[in-house]
Order: sequence, then C-alpha cells, then structure tokens
Amino acid sequence: MNDAHILEARQLVKRFGDFEAVKGVDVAIDRGESFGFLGPNGAGKTSTMRMISAVSQPTTGEISIFGLDPRTDGPEIRSRLGVVTQEDSLELELSVRHNLEMFGRYFDLPRRVVRERATELLEFTQLTERANDKVDNLSGGMKRRLTIARGLMNRPEILILDEPTTGLDPQARHLVWDRLYRLKREGVTLIITTHYMDEAEQLCDRLVVMDQGLIVAEGAPRTLIERFSTREVVELRFASGDHESYFDQLTPFAERVEVLPDRVLLYVENGDEALRELHAAHVAPSSTLVRRSSLEDVFLHLTGRSLTE
Amino acid sequence: MIPSLKTDESRPRWLRSWGYHAEYYAQTWRGSVASSVLFPILFLTSLGIGVGHLVGQHHGLVDGQTYLHYIAPSLLATTTMQLGEGESLWPVLACLKWVRTYHAAATTPLEPDDILFGKLAWVATRAFLTSVFYVAIIGCFGALQSWWSLTLPFIGTLVALAFSAPLVAYAARSESEASFITIYRFAFVPMFLFSATFYPLSAYPGYLRPVVQFFPLYHGVALARAAAFGEGSVSSQLAHVVILLAMTVGGVIWGRRTMRRRLTN
Repeated sequence: MNDAHILEARQLVKRFGDFEAVKGVDVAIDRGESFGFLGPNGAGKTSTMRMISAVSQPTTGEISIFGLDPRTDGPEIRSRLGVVTQEDSLELELSVRHNLEMFGRYFDLPRRVVRERATELLEFTQLTERANDKVDNLSGGMKRRLTIARGLMNRPEILILDEPTTGLDPQARHLVWDRLYRLKREGVTLIITTHYMDEAEQLCDRLVVMDQGLIVAEGAPRTLIERFSTREVVELRFASGDHESYFDQLTPFAERVEVLPDRVLLYVENGDEALRELHAAHVAPSSTLVRRSSLEDVFLHLTGRSLTE
Repeated sequence: MIPSLKTDESRPRWLRSWGYHAEYYAQTWRGSVASSVLFPILFLTSLGIGVGHLVGQHHGLVDGQTYLHYIAPSLLATTTMQLGEGESLWPVLACLKWVRTYHAAATTPLEPDDILFGKLAWVATRAFLTSVFYVAIIGCFGALQSWWSLTLPFIGTLVALAFSAPLVAYAARSESEASFITIYRFAFVPMFLFSATFYPLSAYPGYLRPVVQFFPLYHGVALARAAAFGEGSVSSQLAHVVILLAMTVGGVIWGRRTMRRRLTN
C-alpha cells in the first residue's frame, strides 16, 4: 500500500448473505482532498463508507487509513476520523451542548477540552443560541449541523459524511455546504457520499460514480463532464407526451439523444444553435431549455438511468 | 490545518461507555427514579403491612419471620430483576435501531465489546446503588438479621446482571420489539409472581417445586432471603450464585457476538 495516500482501499467487497452490496471498489484519497462517492440509493455508497470508517470489515479486500490497518488498529484509526452518519443518531432527550460534550468523552478528551470544543463548534455550526435546548426541538437542518459538530469533536484529520444534506431545504443545504468549504480550507480531508449531482459538483475535487456496487467512472467533476458528456444539453418537452416517438426524428440534431419519461435530452456543443436547427426543420416542442452538462448527464450516459429516480 | 490532538488512551474504552450512560442518567434520572426506588418501597409497605397484618392474624410467622420481614429481601431480588430487564430490551433496541446512538458510538474508538461492557457495567452500578438504598430502608424495618445482609447489594447486582446480559444480547439481534412484550408477559410477570417471592417454596405441592426452582428469579429470591436472615446451607447458596453467574456469563458471551454483528456488519 502506498503511504502517500491518507486513505487507500483495494478491491473492497461487502456481502450480506447472498447480496453483494459492494463488488470490488478501489479508491485512493490524498490528504486535504475532498472526495465524493456519487450514485443513486442502493449503489453501495453507505456500505463502502462504513468500511472506510473502520466500522465494518470488508468481506474481502484491503484498506489502509493513515497507513494503518482497520482490522488491527480500528480504535486508533477511529480516534482520528470524524463520521457523520446518514441518520443523525443524536440524544433527543438531552441538550445540544450535552450531545457534544458526552460524545467528546468517548475520545477520552478531558472535560475542560470537551467544554471548550463544544463552545467552539456550536459557534462554527451556528448553534450557540440553541446550546441549552433539547435536541428534539431542533429543525432538521440544525440537527444535521449538530451531527457535523459532533463528528468534529475529536478534531479529525478526515471527516466522512454520508448524505450530508439529504432531506434538507435549500437554505439549510447551503449552510452545511458553507461549513464544509471552511473545513476543507482548514485542511480537513472530506469524504462525502451523495446522490445529488449539484452537491458533488460543489464540494468534491474528485469523485467516483458508483452504480450497483461498482465504480463506473472516476475523476474531477469537470473532467468527467467533458469526457462523458457534451458541453450543453437541450431539454425538450412535447405536448403529445409520447417522447419515445421523437427519437429517430431528433437523432440528426445531436451527438446523442436520451429519452426520459418526461422529456428528451439532446447532447450538443451549442444549445442555441441546435434549437435554431430544430426550428428550421419544423420540430415544435412545447417547451425547451438549454443548460450546461452536469454530473447527472454523466451518470445517465454511464448507466442509462437517472440519479434520482 | 487543524492540529490533530492525539487522544489520551488512559481511560479504558468500556469505562467511557459506562461514563456516557452515567452522564445520560444524571441528565434524565427524574423520570425513572420513581419506578426503581419508590415502587419497591410502596410494594413492601402495602404487602408487608397490609397482607402481613392478615398473615399475622392467621399464622403468626412465615418460616419464623413476620410477613414484612419475610418478603423484604425477595422484593430486592424482584426489583433488581426488573431493573436489569427494564434497561435491556427497549433501551438497547432504541440505541441500535430507533435513535441509533450505539452506531454513533461505534464510529469512535469504542469497539462493540466496549459498548456492551459499558452498558452492563452501568446496569450493575444502578442495581448496586438501588440495592444499597433499598437495604438501608428494609434495615429500618428490622428485616436484616445477619451480617450476611452486607452481601445483599452484591446479590441485587448479580440478579440484575443475570437478566440484563442475556436480554441485551437478545435485543441486539432483534429487528423489532414485537417479541419483547411477550417476554415480559409470559416470562417476567409469572416469574415475579411465582418464584416463591411472596410465600415459601413449601407452599407449592411437591411436584411443582422443581418447576419453581427452574425460574432464574427463584435463585435470586432464595439467595437474598438467606443473606438477610443468615440461614440456609453454604452449598445451596453457592448453587444459587453459580446459576446466576452462569446466566450472566452466558449472556455476555452471546451479547459479544450479537452486538458485534449488529454494529459492524
């Protein structure tokens, strides 16, 4: 294993009985990098995260974190990791502050240190005013921020976040993203799973696209888009609703055509130009939209399915 | 870059889990103090004085004791059994499934064993403190007649663990609470009523006595009574201890497996 990487995994496989959730995943993550696992629900992201958090053991395969082996050095590795699980798993009956302080004691930090860090992290996650409130009374976004604060109590070198903004409203998401940027700037290595392509584009320097337990592509978001998609996409909706029937008619106007249940996507270099050509050829969709290619398009191209179906 | 402060590994990891439970209790004890401390006292006064009055009128003494004195030690055993049971089914499934705080703990340096041992150590702590309090009360009622009474808090602790350890193990492999209420109704309520708790084993016809002796609680009741009154043979007390210890050890062995599977799969 290469010690230059802060985390490295080779041929990770996770089986639950007959079901193979992860089918041979390789990743190598550098210190200070923000790395993403993008894929739909059921792609094997959470199982992979649990293995690289040194919580669950792979069925087969090798992991090295900080150059250590989770099979023998689990507690040492976990003392240097922060994990934000998909469910908040907070003590609902206790106060916001107690949640942080009691969790910090799992790392055997002295009480004084735990108090200082809780104060600092409440400030960081903008929860200072709610410090003495019962967690049960917090909004979803606040609970999420508290879970992130909890994952930072031991000042981790790597922060692992499983679906950090799933279920949050847009404003709450942006606040979480903003805090994650700051951590990244401070040099914390971030590992994030998400099924939101915009989240992956915003937060990740580099990511892997996962589907059905396998990595189907790897690279920086921009690179992946350039490699697997065109510059622009034209979205067309037709009044008839039978979008499949337009496939042959539209093929000549684009490098690639994808038919979705509610719209047709034309992959082109220049969207406006493509629209003019369509108009000239008397193709008359009921609505049109030109946009830049995104990771959603990459995923669609690689798997033939949409990320959030 | 945030400097990574290497954590102090001085405190054993299971003790951190114990400390977590203790702090949680310190924050929330008001809700449960009534059931764990006041309830047995109410039981004792109601049955001991009320039923004891009737018994006194008809028979005088039970095995040489007033009725209140007779049931005082056995209520220690039932109380700690209930404490062990109450801490171990729903609360453990909550930590594993509904609130998932054990999963959060599993992302820290704690191993599944640490989470299990911390939990059981906390059950033992609560049982011990409850027992000390209870013993002090029944001492005031004059129910303690032997220096062996000093072992009662340990007996109470052992009874709690004998039930808690297997139940924690069971809860850790449960997907729902559906079976818990069945266990409660068909195992714990009958055991509470029929483990020679409120009358001597000799009240049963001969063929039923082995059945009663099969109840784990019976051994706790018999042990507590023997300690309070300083009676009974050492060998039979030893047998009770061995049975309760075997339940504890068996529960721990099983629990280590179920907890590990649940948390690390």
